[in-house]
Amino acid sequence: MIAEILGNGYVQLGMKLGVLMILLPATLALGWVELKIGAHMQARMGPMYPGGFHGWAQTLADGIKFVLKENIIPKNADKSVFSMVPYVTMLGAALIYVVIPAGENLVIENLEVGVFYVLAASSIGVIGVLMAGWASANKYSMMGALRAAAQLIAYELPLVLAAAAVAMMAGSLSLVDIVEGQKQIVLAGFYIPFLPFQIIGFVIFLIAATAEMTRPPFDMPVAEAELITGAFTEYTGIRFAFSLFAAEYITMIGLSAFGATMFLGGYAPLHTALEFIPGIVWLLAKTGTILFLLIWIRWTFPRLREDQLQKFAWKVLIPLSLVNIFITGALKLTPWI
Amino acid sequence: MSSLIPTTDRWLSEARLSGDGTLRTEEMVLNIGPQHPATHGVLRVVVTLDGEKIVEAKPVIGYMHRGHEKLFEQRDFRQITNLCSRMDWLSGINNEIPASLAVERLMEIEVPRRATFLRVIMAEINRILNHLMFTGSFGLELGATTPVMYAFRERELLQSAMEMATGGRLHFGFIRPGGLKEDVPRGFVDLALRGIRQLQRAIPDYEDLLIGNEIFKARTVGVGLLDPDLAVEYGVSGPILRASGVPYDVRKAEPYLNYNEFDFNIPVGLHGDSFDRYWVLIQEMKESAKIVEQALMGLPSGSHIGQVPKRLTVPKGAIWAKAENPLGELGYYIVSDGDSRPYRMKARTPSFSNISVVPHMLRGAYVPDMVAVLGSMFFVVGDIDR
Repeated sequence: MIAEILGNGYVQLGMKLGVLMILLPATLALGWVELKIGAHMQARMGPMYPGGFHGWAQTLADGIKFVLKENIIPKNADKSVFSMVPYVTMLGAALIYVVIPAGENLVIENLEVGVFYVLAASSIGVIGVLMAGWASANKYSMMGALRAAAQLIAYELPLVLAAAAVAMMAGSLSLVDIVEGQKQIVLAGFYIPFLPFQIIGFVIFLIAATAEMTRPPFDMPVAEAELITGAFTEYTGIRFAFSLFAAEYITMIGLSAFGATMFLGGYAPLHTALEFIPGIVWLLAKTGTILFLLIWIRWTFPRLREDQLQKFAWKVLIPLSLVNIFITGALKLTPWI
Repeated sequence: MSSLIPTTDRWLSEARLSGDGTLRTEEMVLNIGPQHPATHGVLRVVVTLDGEKIVEAKPVIGYMHRGHEKLFEQRDFRQITNLCSRMDWLSGINNEIPASLAVERLMEIEVPRRATFLRVIMAEINRILNHLMFTGSFGLELGATTPVMYAFRERELLQSAMEMATGGRLHFGFIRPGGLKEDVPRGFVDLALRGIRQLQRAIPDYEDLLIGNEIFKARTVGVGLLDPDLAVEYGVSGPILRASGVPYDVRKAEPYLNYNEFDFNIPVGLHGDSFDRYWVLIQEMKESAKIVEQALMGLPSGSHIGQVPKRLTVPKGAIWAKAENPLGELGYYIVSDGDSRPYRMKARTPSFSNISVVPHMLRGAYVPDMVAVLGSMFFVVGDIDR
């Protein structure tokens, strides 16, 4: 019955629009949460006034400010490319949500190649960064864009290899199958996700995803102490907000949800007795856990250098993820998985 | 646009092979500053880049020249200390001390013991305030946003103590030829001691946060090496010189005030890289805290200012007085023609000499290293340009 309703074309369209409509408010909410968590980690209060309760409307006010600001296009800029950038970065970020399941049937498209699709979609954003760097006619922008491109090439590979190990565990690339695979092992009523078997993979995923989102400590493309704002130096107003902040936060939520699905069991409840809580609550809670980890990392570490990042990716992460795949293969031969 | 980035054809036709057989790429001149987040102030650096590698870096100074040395000539000897504190705005008291020392030596004024003790206390608190600022901002430049917030938390109590005594938080204007503007209020000793204790509790946190951090080490160890001989040639002084392994500190070498009565060490670095400079700063805070503690405990009673005439006329003569500013050796050369105003007053500020060695350190470094080097050269633009 439920499957029939969810299979209806109109319901599907409504779901897709619903997800898209939730994305922007979610960005604002995550922005506020990050401000508050960061502030408390740094012995500060963070925003306190806008909206009344603990400055809940701070990011909303910021958003309104961005909309009201002038949209400047530099004289020497390639105008069409320059103004296309926000669409490209946002598109790449938003496409991830298509395959993230919030329930066995509560998914926009249960693609057979879901894992592959997410990894492909999440790297579209860097094309936007390259376009921004090229079109701005600014040396700082160009350097930032090239750094972003080099970084993406280096970190896509460990990300793919970490995901490959999970796909091996589940024997499928479909995200729904992967979650169902994590419901197989039940210990004293607790569903055991892939995390304990894929702890190396999870760490690699966290590092590579942080690098892919260009968040600290891998934020060299926008390193504000060196390159001002990297590729987005010349951007102002709503274009700046969309191509930098909105894209970053939407990618961040998307990849965290992806990580939650891959390693933490996605919409699967923690315990068989907690089945009555809807899957979307579990998914959001697990996504929130990963988001908190990402925010924690951001406010703690200094930034790496570009060449050190490359070395780290090629000499540490990739061999480590290959070892992880080998371990996963060995695990598959044991009778427990 | 086309002039910025060559087309493929043009690029291929212009591409040359460099000596080692690799493809030589175009160099690019990048203007960093005067308004740029890396230079915290209006320092301008013109760098020639080969990819991300710095071929040549040239600091351009003078964007904040306010003509202090000429202004000194228009002020009487009581007013110059107030002007001094505006040169290096992070360490006002330390700037005022050598100026009033010079006047006192020329006029042969005896400074009461209590005033000397209070000068030491304030100079060292000011040194801690300055070092906290730079340890924090260095982290910020490397992308770590937390150390600066912690540093400002610890600054607050010490800053309040200074405010309580002097009424100022940045420009104190508290040192007068002969002693101090006024005695410290009741409660100053307790508040200062509380601030010092809080700092001593917090320093291990800073060490955990950055010194023990692998990324911080990767970014700073071996970056921006400063050869001790080169440093001495350029007149580099202060924590930067000591990080290169030269144990020169005016407080020990030629003790002024009553620094010889206190027990403290001069931390010295081994390699002279950015990491050592940061490490020396942290260690110096510990030593300064020790001095402040000893001075607060042994603070004698008495007058806060010696016998000073109402109108300061300095006898004819010239004098050179120097002191250990938080950033290095600060000296004033005062020539008096017997008037109430200096005939000529020359300031030797540490940041000016320290920043002049930067081109040597930046050659061959990467752009991100430039931030690590500039951040660890601890300069104040007002102190460079005066």
